[in-house]
Amino acid sequence: MEPMIRVSNLCKQFGSLLVVDDISLDVAQGEVVVVIGPSGSGKSTFLRCMNFLEAPTSGQILIRGKPLGIYVDGSGRTRPLPPRELNVQRAEIGMVFQHFNLWPHMTAFENVILGPMLVRKLSRDEATARAEKLLRRVGLFEKRLSFPQNLSGGQQQRVAIARALALEPRIMLFDEATSALDPEMIREVLDVMMDLARGGMTMVVVTHEMGFARSVADRVIFLDQGKLLEAGPPAQIFDSPTHPRTRDFLSKIL
Amino acid sequence: MTKLDFSVVIDNLPLLLEGLWLTIFFTVTSLALGMVIGVVVAIFRVCPIRSLKIVGLVFVEAIRGTPLLVLLFILYYALPQVGIRLSAFTAGILGLGINAGAYIAEIFRAGIESIPVGQVEAARSVGMSYGQTMRKIILPQAGTVVLPPLTNEAISQVKATSLVSTIAVAELLRAGQQIISMTFAAVEIYAAVAVLYLMVNLTLAWLARRLEAKQSRGRRRIGQINEVGV
Repeated sequence: MEPMIRVSNLCKQFGSLLVVDDISLDVAQGEVVVVIGPSGSGKSTFLRCMNFLEAPTSGQILIRGKPLGIYVDGSGRTRPLPPRELNVQRAEIGMVFQHFNLWPHMTAFENVILGPMLVRKLSRDEATARAEKLLRRVGLFEKRLSFPQNLSGGQQQRVAIARALALEPRIMLFDEATSALDPEMIREVLDVMMDLARGGMTMVVVTHEMGFARSVADRVIFLDQGKLLEAGPPAQIFDSPTHPRTRDFLSKIL
Repeated sequence: MTKLDFSVVIDNLPLLLEGLWLTIFFTVTSLALGMVIGVVVAIFRVCPIRSLKIVGLVFVEAIRGTPLLVLLFILYYALPQVGIRLSAFTAGILGLGINAGAYIAEIFRAGIESIPVGQVEAARSVGMSYGQTMRKIILPQAGTVVLPPLTNEAISQVKATSLVSTIAVAELLRAGQQIISMTFAAVEIYAAVAVLYLMVNLTLAWLARRLEAKQSRGRRRIGQINEVGV
């Protein structure tokens, strides 16, 4: 079966700085891949390439067999996808950000219904039903009429997850989703993420939460200075890492 | 020194008020035109299309870099030479409106760019188009941010309308000058003119404060820092 995500020789350069250096990775449907590595290793940039928030400098990403953000025209040249089609692709890929990025001028409920109404063309009633279900699922139905500034960090992040799920994506990307949270709120967000994983969602998670990685990940990959140095099941990576830099990184944080 | 006699103001009040009315008329119409031009040019300056960005930039720099008076003179005195004859009213509204448009464009651009990029990323990640993101996320929030500088611009505009007195429009300043040419009561009349401008601007400033208060109801503003007891 074709992989949900196929990253081939992905490179991303900012000016003269090579931030993602020739990374290739397959993610199967329903698989949870956790990305670990030191700061500046290119983890976030790598993740952001997967919904084309960053356009790769070279290499390509296939989402369910279809190239992301680009197409090959009649004369064989690679050209950027027209915005309308890129938007459709992006709707299939949910993204949860470190700083939540909720829209502050809307309530939690309005944050969640906007996407389905504008992008999936749902009616207000249909979107409302979906939003209520999702807000219940993340445990925030009672807070649905609150504005983001009146919610704690953990609550905002759970709303952000509901907002991404409202588009019914096939893939969920998490960019250090708990790094900006106070310790006592990390659990509630990880629980939602675990619940998603058990439900069979394909997930790529950039995180420092090794406990989460160990219990939920199907595979852990280690990035350092833009390169994918090691990949394997969590038990292997955490208990018997082979690459010296992996060992070095893990010794610092475990 | 001649004694000051403010009854000359009372005697000529109708003329002054007619002039005031014209001043308000020019302010309102030119601000309306300026808002339309301003929003369009601001969007030109922030959108991803390079040619529109350049058009926006050239417009803003050209209008901000030349005196409003020169623009008014070009519209009223110079255009007839190439066959375009505008009435004083049209030239006045156009000149004031274009001038306001350049400054309002920069105000809107700053407002748009003040919205944290993370919110735009979230919108694009959910599949919203550039236009949808602008309409639903950026512009509604930018609207609140731009209110103080816009009211500043409105107050500037009230004063800028005095320049159309130079292209034969009998707004407040010109009305005052006409009265002085008949009564020679320069001090009293100019004082009255200044007070009338001031009354308009104080009203504008008061309206602005009310609008700002209404908009930031329930939202914490950075300016409240001295209430925290730091």
